[in-house]
Amino acid sequence: MEDLVVVGGGVIGLSCAWRAAQAGWHVTLRDPAPASGSSWVAGGMLAPVTEAWPGEEGLLELGLSSLELWPGFAEELSAAAGQPAGLHPEGTVVAATGSGDRAELDALATHLARLGRPVERLSGRELRRLEPGLGPDVRGGLSVPGDLSVDNRALLAALRAAAEKAGVAVVERAWAPGETADDAAGTVLICAGAHSASLHPGLAGLVRPVKGEILRLTHRHGAFPVPTRTVRALVDGRPVYLVPRPGGLVVGATQSEHGFDTEPTVGGVRDLLRDAERILPGIAEYTLAEAAAGLRPGSPDNVPVLGRLDGRTLVATGHSRNGILLAPLTARLVVGLLEGGSVPATVDPARFGRTGT
Amino acid sequence: MHGNLADETLVVAGRKIGSRLITGTGGAANLEVLERALVASGTTLTTVAMRRIDARTGTGVLDLLRRLGIEVLPNTAGCRTAAEAVLTARLAREALETDLVKLEVVADERTLLPDPIELLDAAEQLVDDGFTVLPYTNDDPVLARKLEQVGCAAVMPLGSPIGTGLGIRNPHNIEMIVADAGVPVVLDAGIGTASEAAQAMELGCDAVLLATAVTRAADPERMAHAMRLAVEAGYAARHAGRIPRRYWAQASSPETDREPPETG
Repeated sequence: MEDLVVVGGGVIGLSCAWRAAQAGWHVTLRDPAPASGSSWVAGGMLAPVTEAWPGEEGLLELGLSSLELWPGFAEELSAAAGQPAGLHPEGTVVAATGSGDRAELDALATHLARLGRPVERLSGRELRRLEPGLGPDVRGGLSVPGDLSVDNRALLAALRAAAEKAGVAVVERAWAPGETADDAAGTVLICAGAHSASLHPGLAGLVRPVKGEILRLTHRHGAFPVPTRTVRALVDGRPVYLVPRPGGLVVGATQSEHGFDTEPTVGGVRDLLRDAERILPGIAEYTLAEAAAGLRPGSPDNVPVLGRLDGRTLVATGHSRNGILLAPLTARLVVGLLEGGSVPATVDPARFGRTGT
Repeated sequence: MHGNLADETLVVAGRKIGSRLITGTGGAANLEVLERALVASGTTLTTVAMRRIDARTGTGVLDLLRRLGIEVLPNTAGCRTAAEAVLTARLAREALETDLVKLEVVADERTLLPDPIELLDAAEQLVDDGFTVLPYTNDDPVLARKLEQVGCAAVMPLGSPIGTGLGIRNPHNIEMIVADAGVPVVLDAGIGTASEAAQAMELGCDAVLLATAVTRAADPERMAHAMRLAVEAGYAARHAGRIPRRYWAQASSPETDREPPETG
């Protein structure tokens, strides 16, 4: 049995470790604090269509491929772990407030129609029939039943359980480059998210931390019920999303570049709450249970950095906003690489052509 | 004559600015898109919000600008008081080793309009502290004059509020600011499409600063190229001297030639 060291215990590292162990590899996962990074604070949207933007068609295709894998992945994971994977099969609505926001959603709808992915445009009233909690500022939007969500924390717990049951040894200790080179047999897979750039010279400049602040609200007795679907919105041009969880909501997310800063700021929390309340006024009665910040592993084109770095090192990171969505596809591509296959050029780190690898 | 246009370089506080199109970075879908747009715009100076990035560890945007050889113009976006803006400008100077600052002090989130009282206060403090101050200001000729009087190196009036793409709502005010100014005038904010950038230059502005119009366009690279051409066209048209507006038609090839008027 061949040895594989997976560096990083977020959703990507855990998914790859689990799938590699299933494929017969002897896997050790290294992370000083597994499942504590950006995967832990993430919103858990599986929403490639409502994330689409002109110029990012490659990312949309990857997202759609991975979304297709999600139901099977979740089912298999729940069975393997003996606990729910957290998939929430309801869809997504996108709400607009001002006329500029509506124009922007119209542009998104036109773009998607041109790509052969029509979405349904709804008036404010029609949207409110789907989600009665939507406030009067919502003037129209889109319904995208195929964009789903997953409870990221349930997912991480299930992944760890399944990975360990499949034989993955989780070692809660940091990994340093060169450490594994001594025992010449093993392969190393770097999945350390925003921290990956310092782990291999071939990743310098390809992955950077993109801070995101995110809130968790819990429903209180008497408060307006949690929406059924994921609610995304544009509020005076600012995007905000509200993702349902059992007994609450996740509200995200800001975006800024502050190095490895994971402290939520007053302004970030205030902005998110202000915009979220315009969309779902009922949340005023919810509990503000948690404010956190995570570091998205940003790549230059927002597309993952996934492939071979050298004879013994593979990488799967740079998933930007889409790590949880792309986890099933990433794990499949990584297992393919381990078995001697190749990855699509769109994700291969070689596409940037500015590293020494 | 037109061959000299290239030599007519914009100079701000003794510093040559290679392109009259100054860009911002906010709103781009990703760094690759931003890179292609910046290259297509031909810009040599790009403004970056200091509160959105960490200058110490370097970020995607700062690394990108360095790689493209584009000078960074730090801005104080997000600041609401003079004291905040002064602090942010000083941190930017320390981190980026530049005395240039685009001074932004906005009154509220909904309009993002400059707060004139705080803006003037901050401008005065920063000029005294040795900064080269480029203030984002209202399209108010009086405020623009006062900013120049306290020593700002340029004035940057808005065409319309940030991100609205409503173009130049009060062209006459922009003309008055231009007529009065002894420092460069940069039209900052409100541009939605190329004709509006050209209009700014035709009104006599020395440069145009824009971000959203390019970064949020469906094809940012193409829009950046359009803006570059528009700024060049508007500048050339301004200096070519337009014909007077007439009420009635005037045939360009009169049936009976007369001696042209003396141009003395």
